[in-house]
Amino acid sequence: MRAYTPKDNVQKKPYYTDRYWVAPQVAKHDVSSDDVFAHDLDAIKAKFEVLDAYIQVDQMVVIINAHDNFAVIEMLKNEREYNQLSEMSAIDWLATEGKFEIFYQMLSMSKRKRLRIKCKIDEKESLQSVEKLFRSADWSEREMYDMFGVIVNNHPFMKRILMPDDWEGFPLRKTYPLQGDEFAAWYEVDKIFGKEAREIIGPENRDPARIDRYDTERFSRLGHEVPRGTDITNGEPDTPLVYQEPEGVFLIEKFDAEQSVVISDRHR
Amino acid sequence: MAQHQVNYLKDGGLPVALTTIDKVVNWGRSNSLWALTYGLACCGIEMMASGASRYDFDRFGTIFRASPRQAELMVVAGTLTKKHAEFIRRLYDQMTEPKWVISMGSCANTGGMFNTYATVQGVDRVIPVDLYLPGCAPRPETLQYGVMMLQQKIRRESASRAQKPKRLM
Ligand code: SF4
Repeated sequence: MRAYTPKDNVQKKPYYTDRYWVAPQVAKHDVSSDDVFAHDLDAIKAKFEVLDAYIQVDQMVVIINAHDNFAVIEMLKNEREYNQLSEMSAIDWLATEGKFEIFYQMLSMSKRKRLRIKCKIDEKESLQSVEKLFRSADWSEREMYDMFGVIVNNHPFMKRILMPDDWEGFPLRKTYPLQGDEFAAWYEVDKIFGKEAREIIGPENRDPARIDRYDTERFSRLGHEVPRGTDITNGEPDTPLVYQEPEGVFLIEKFDAEQSVVISDRHR
Repeated sequence: MAQHQVNYLKDGGLPVALTTIDKVVNWGRSNSLWALTYGLACCGIEMMASGASRYDFDRFGTIFRASPRQAELMVVAGTLTKKHAEFIRRLYDQMTEPKWVISMGSCANTGGMFNTYATVQGVDRVIPVDLYLPGCAPRPETLQYGVMMLQQKIRRESASRAQKPKRLM
């Protein structure tokens, strides 16, 4: 949690002064403090190179080389009873290290333990698919490709999963602007009407706080409706809610508020 | 000859009503607005609630249809993603004339809280909208009121003339 700061006078000064606040790291413990994990780690170490290993929030984190990922996970599944891949994805560290961190979150039902395998790959490097071991990796790897552009080898259907197939860019990369690049901003216009329609339709309004009190081209206030495009700088008339035209509608009985009954007994 | 006790000449007794073609056609149109189900997100739940027994859209003649060919009203209820934009346009084009669109909720109006790369900032960038409903989500009463406003709008239109095609561009 962030430390409490008095916010009485927030209008006077910028609110988010801790914009680049970095969360403190959770304490790391030695693997030898937990028997089950210590055995698992020994088993991994016997066959593969382990770059780092520690226990964080009761979960063991093992950092391995990226080319070992399939073999390590296969071993954990078949020999160490980690029978579920609950989650996997990538983390973008391109700005600081020029690498993606890939994590595989595994669960052992019998041991009641969770373990995380991590590895790092370069931006253009590809990764071995673990879809053959865990079906859950099928969509996760597609999502990883969709969002980060990490290419996974030997995947049965390597295609974008959330974004449209013809999308450009990888939205979860830190370099991708939240409100989209130019391609994203004009995507639907380009696709449906063609590029020449850009000028007619105009750019998106990306200012969520924009309120034009006098704009009647797009909106009118409920209860103050006026015809489209009316100038209301001098105020608009109060229009009571009308459910029908004043003179009534052909063949329809006019609603009379005086004669309407309000039911107060809901169990009637 | 039957011995009816109807006095045809007294007012109200005449089995005849005089009106114009416009009025009859628009009366028919406005009271059987068949809506295309278009629940895209949470607003869709409110739209379904409007159709269910408590608010009962059927009594207005608004019956939800699952096919654009049978619908003349599109209630865009929810967040329109950029991936979906081309499909909403295609379904709109498939609806038969005359057709109307209600944009329901902040998301459909302006993109709402989803000020992101993946959300269309207002369905009016893709299809022409007749009525915007404010709210996140608008209550069924708002949608009912909106439909009634739309009925008024339809009754004001001229039925005999071909509807002016609504175009974004
Ligand atoms: S306007 Fe609100 S309720 Fe409606 S779809 Fe958007 S977020 Fe959901």
